[in-house]
Parts: sequence; structure tokens; C-alpha cells
Amino acid sequence: MATDETLQFRDPDAAEEIVDRLDGLMAEIGEPVSVMHVCGSHEQAIAKFGLRTMLPDGLSIRMGPGCPVCVTNMPEVDEAVALANGGVTVATYGDMYQVPGTSGSLADASARGAPVEVVYSASEAVELAEENPDEEVVFFATGFETTAAPTAAVLTDDPPENFSVLSAHKYVPPAMEVVAELPDTDIDGFLAAGHAATITGYGLFEEFVSEYETPVVVGGFEPLDVLLGLERLLEYTSEDAVGLENAYPRCVTREGNSTALETMWEVFEPVAGEWRGIAEIPGANLALREAYAEYNARERFDIAPDSGEADPLSEQCLCGDIMAGTADPDDCELFGEECTPEDPVGACMVSSEGPCKIWLEYGGQPDI
Amino acid sequence: MTDTDETGEVLTLSHGAGASSMRSLIDSLAVSRFADDDDDPSAGTVGLAALDDGAAHPIQGDRSVVVTTDSHVVDPPRFPGGDIGRLAVAGTVNDLAVMGATEPLMLTCSLVVEEGYHVDELDSIMASVEDTCEDAGVQVTTGDTKVMGSGDLDGPVINTTGVAVVPSGSVVPDSALSVGDAIIVSGTVGDHGIALLSEREDFGFEGDLESDVAPVNDLVRTAAEAGRVTAMKDPTRGGVATALNEMASKSDIGLELDEPAIPVDGTVASAAEVLGIDPLDVANEGKVIFGVDAEDADAVLEALQDHPQGRDAALVGHATDEHTGRVVLDTGFGRRYLSEPEGEALPRIC
Repeated sequence: MATDETLQFRDPDAAEEIVDRLDGLMAEIGEPVSVMHVCGSHEQAIAKFGLRTMLPDGLSIRMGPGCPVCVTNMPEVDEAVALANGGVTVATYGDMYQVPGTSGSLADASARGAPVEVVYSASEAVELAEENPDEEVVFFATGFETTAAPTAAVLTDDPPENFSVLSAHKYVPPAMEVVAELPDTDIDGFLAAGHAATITGYGLFEEFVSEYETPVVVGGFEPLDVLLGLERLLEYTSEDAVGLENAYPRCVTREGNSTALETMWEVFEPVAGEWRGIAEIPGANLALREAYAEYNARERFDIAPDSGEADPLSEQCLCGDIMAGTADPDDCELFGEECTPEDPVGACMVSSEGPCKIWLEYGGQPDI
Repeated sequence: MTDTDETGEVLTLSHGAGASSMRSLIDSLAVSRFADDDDDPSAGTVGLAALDDGAAHPIQGDRSVVVTTDSHVVDPPRFPGGDIGRLAVAGTVNDLAVMGATEPLMLTCSLVVEEGYHVDELDSIMASVEDTCEDAGVQVTTGDTKVMGSGDLDGPVINTTGVAVVPSGSVVPDSALSVGDAIIVSGTVGDHGIALLSEREDFGFEGDLESDVAPVNDLVRTAAEAGRVTAMKDPTRGGVATALNEMASKSDIGLELDEPAIPVDGTVASAAEVLGIDPLDVANEGKVIFGVDAEDADAVLEALQDHPQGRDAALVGHATDEHTGRVVLDTGFGRRYLSEPEGEALPRIC
């Protein structure tokens, strides 16, 4: 909310001062620096406030696998579409509604009469089930820790019998490791997502920092938060140092939210899963544990996805490279042409956290 | 509305959302059939192909008849600051006004309602139509009523059509911006859209948020008397962002805007932040975007600020010969494009 507290992090004069310091640090470093964020909300803030147009030459902000909708695999969407086509009410976040699977999206299914509902929260999906006791309601659950914890919370709170969950929840830390190991990614530091860290705590990154010898700064989402995060990362680079820093202390602690974490790990277990276009990543998908099998839509229903032929254009889609930080949205031939938010080829063009959608809307980093 | 044929294309909500899918649908269904290309706004002719807020057609004596029509559905039918009756009158009066027709001759009003709908409720909507007509200085002169079977309709639908006759030279299209023209908005933006979304989502801001729905014909008259208005648009569906992009692309010109100068009510800004929506992307129902000859910008701005509906009017940018067809926003930090919101990610609000 744009309260007085957040407004103080939207002070253009203070931003100019930080940018001056970034200029100085870049001059000291004397070579190009690449920083990666792993959060669609960071890209939103950077693009929405036009921050890239303020940055010194040579400092580039890459986009990592920070959009859970974008890395949701097509077969997961196909499962949800199959459930809806079979007459089961599928409730999901608005971001997921238009993501194409191999046989269309939930929006396509809905336009043809399948029962699909857009909800703002897991608890709203539970309410939907309570209000319609004669219908089966499946919550197609997507997102990182910030939404996985609330999904877990509704499952531990005795939901109605006609409610179940189709989990496409993802867990970021293993994906950061995969991206850090990709041969084409050359990243000098990571700007980690402040809101996920409110749940996990920033201590989670200690192991990553020592193993990959790359600095990690946890940052918030107002313009000054982002710029301060960049300043800390450049300081590490200029000193040739490695470390972990919390640049979002007004929200993030080292330990995180232990209640949310306990609930999340009580309900979910990390399993290997395909992140669309990137890789099969060990421990990066969150599946319901055996103790919650009765609420697992994959157990309750015999889901037979109609895995049709994927849109042939999806062969050309660069979503995977973009989410791995090795390509920019405008490197993709489909960007803004065959692939638009209204007729998307890849999920990166659908979600409000998707880099392609964000770049199309705000212009990415042109000299404007 | 939807086709059950498994293979044919079916309508989605985004086809009604005011952005590019709606325009391509209108192109294929209507423009391709009915448009002719003898548009000449300066001679008082604006046809279907212009996709302006209404049409203008010359009649005898250097005058033009201006016509516009709009069907209104809104959920909920009664909302903070107004109701569907007020919306139906203001929507059409305002579309005429931004064509330069600030003295509507007459209005038609057609109702489609469902069996079982309460007559009291209908009466209160019509009372609101009556009040708003009085505000706008227009009368309903003909209409129609249809009752559909129970369950055939979600809520009332009101269609209004407005007619005015103006000197041909005073027709103002949305496509005639020139380099250097000032861009003025008549007041705070996003009030209607955010008020309705907050009401629907029950976010508890309701007491402080109100739709701006109101006829703006008097306000437009005030501006036109104070200086040379080159282009106008009322930023309804798709908000200020859509209206500005349309003005830029139709005028074949770029726009540069100063974001901090754009007036946004504080409560609207807070609620928009919570909803994750940009106030520039949502509907206004009582605001106008003016393109004004740079020399007259101060005079028009002052005149607007002296009008009760224009107190928050602000000069927010200008037209340029760079980045043709696009709107560039200086955010106070850096620069970015302001694009049209795509699709209907949100519940229908107007």
C-alpha cells in the first residue's frame, strides 16, 4: 500500500544519490557487471519505475527464474484443463488463467463452458467449496513459498471434503543453484526476493553463498529498495568479496516466519520437477505429502490430460532461456508479434510477473 | 454469447475489454462491412473507421449531426457514487461532449431486464436517469423495454443513444494532436474503476472511494471556450492509458507524460496498490483528456480549475515527434512506455 512508509522508498532525489554512487562503483570496477534477480516482482518494480534507464552503462540486471507461473510446465496446465473439462470446478489465480497448455488454457476451457473460477487466495477457493457442497472444487495452486504457505494453511485447517489441491507450487533455492551452474550464465551477484524471504528467512541463502561463492542480497520492491540492493552487490564486486546481506530488514529476518515454514513443510515435500524450458530440477517442486493424500487432486481424480500437439510456435519460444537469464524478451522472434498477452505462446507473456509481459507493457530497457 | 461449436472461435471477456482484441473483433465484424473512407473531421465528418467516441455527419448549413450509442451493464448496478442509471446517461452525454457536442438534443433509453426484477429497483434506476439528464441538460425522448425470461440475464442492460447538432467546424476528433500540443487531464484518474473493484472485492475502502460518474459536457464547454482544443477523449474502459495510446496512434504522434503530475486521489492510490492495479489502467466516468494548442494551455487549465468538476485539472505532458504512436512516461525515476492494459484480467466494471 502506498502509505507514508512506502512513499519514503519512492523518493526520486534519494534515488539520484544512489545512482551517483552506483556510477562511482562501476567506475571503480571498470568492467561490465551482471546482477540477477529471481523474482517477477523485482522485474515489475524495475520496469514500472523505468529504473534501467537510470543505471550506469555496463551494469545489467538479468532476469532469473522468478516467475512461478512462467516455469509451470505445460503438462501441469493440461491436468487442470482436463479436470475442468471433466466438470470439476477449477479455482486458480488470475495469472494462471490464460497460461497455455498443450491443449489450450483454462481461459479457453472456460469460454467453452468448463467451470473455472479465478480466486485471489487459497482461502477463497475453500470458501467456493463451502458455498457449493455438491461440487468438487480443485484449487490449482501455483507460486513460491509466499503462496505455498497459505495453501498449506488451508489444508491443515480441516477443509471441506469436496475441496482438493492440484499443486504446481515451486521452491526457489534449488532453481538458483541450477541457474548458477548453467554454462551461459555469468552472474556477479543475486538480488534475492524479499517477500519469499519473509517466509524462509534470509539465512536460507547462507549455504548457496558459500557453495557458489556469489554474493546474495535480499531486497525489497520499492525503487529505493532495488537500487540499494544493487549498491550492496556492486560493493561486494568492487571489493572482490562474497557475502550475504539483508537489504530489506523492515520485513525480513534471518529465521523467517517459523509458523508458516512449519506448516508448509508439514503439508508439502520437495520433489524433482520439470521447470518449463529450464531443466528438471531436484527438490524444486512442492508435492502434497502422503498424510494429505485425501486432499491431493492427483489422488482423488483419475486425471487424463488430453496432451494434444503443443502450438508449433512454442518450439520457437525462448521462455526457458529468458527465465534462465541467458536471453532477453526482445531476443525472441515471437515477442510482441505472434506472442502477445492476448494470444500468448509462452507463459512469460501471460503472468503479471512474466518478463515478456512486463517488457511488452513497460518497454524493457530501450533508450527512451 | 458463446458458441458451443468445438472448432469455431468463441468470445472471451477480453473481446469486450476495450483493447486490441476488441478492436480486431470490431474491425472484422463491423468496420469491414460498414465503413467508408471519406472521413474529414475538420469538415464535420467522422465515420465508423475512425472508431472515435461517436460519429459525425454533415447536414445542411455547415452543421453536423453527432450521434453515439452505448450499452451499459455494471456489476454491482448500484455502486458508491452512482448507479447504472447515472452511468447510462453520463456515458453517452460524455461521448457526445468529447466529439465537441456539448449540448445534446435528445437521448434514447432502452432497457433489457429479467423476469422477476423488482419494479421498485427499476424505478430507482429511472429516477437516477432523470436526475442525471437534468444535470446534463438533456431529455429522454424515446425508448424501449424488453423483459427476458428468468435466468436469461445477469442484471439490467441499459442502452442509450445521444444526438446533437453542432457547427461542422466544432467537431473535435480524438486523432488531431499536433507536435507541441499540451495534454491536460480534467481531474483525478482511476476513481470509478478502483471504487468498483474495491466494492466488489470488499477491501474495506468503500467509505472513502466514490465513482466520479457525471456528465462532463459543461466542463468540456468551459475548456472549448477558453482555448483551442485539438483532440479530446473520455478515458472510460481501459483508462487513461488506453485513451492516450489511442490518441497517440490515431494522431501519428508521440506523447511524453510526467507521471508525478498526473492527479491521483490518495485513497485511490492506496487501494490500487492493494489491488495490484494501476489507476491509469482503469475506467473513469467523469473525466476528460484534452489536447490543447500549447499557446492556450494555461488559459484552458485555469478555466478548468475554476470549474467545480475541474478543480484537480493538471497539465501532464505534451505531444512530440519522437516515438510515434507511443506514450512515454517519466516516472520521476526513469522512463518507460505507458501501454494499454491488455485483456480483461478483472471483473467487468463498466
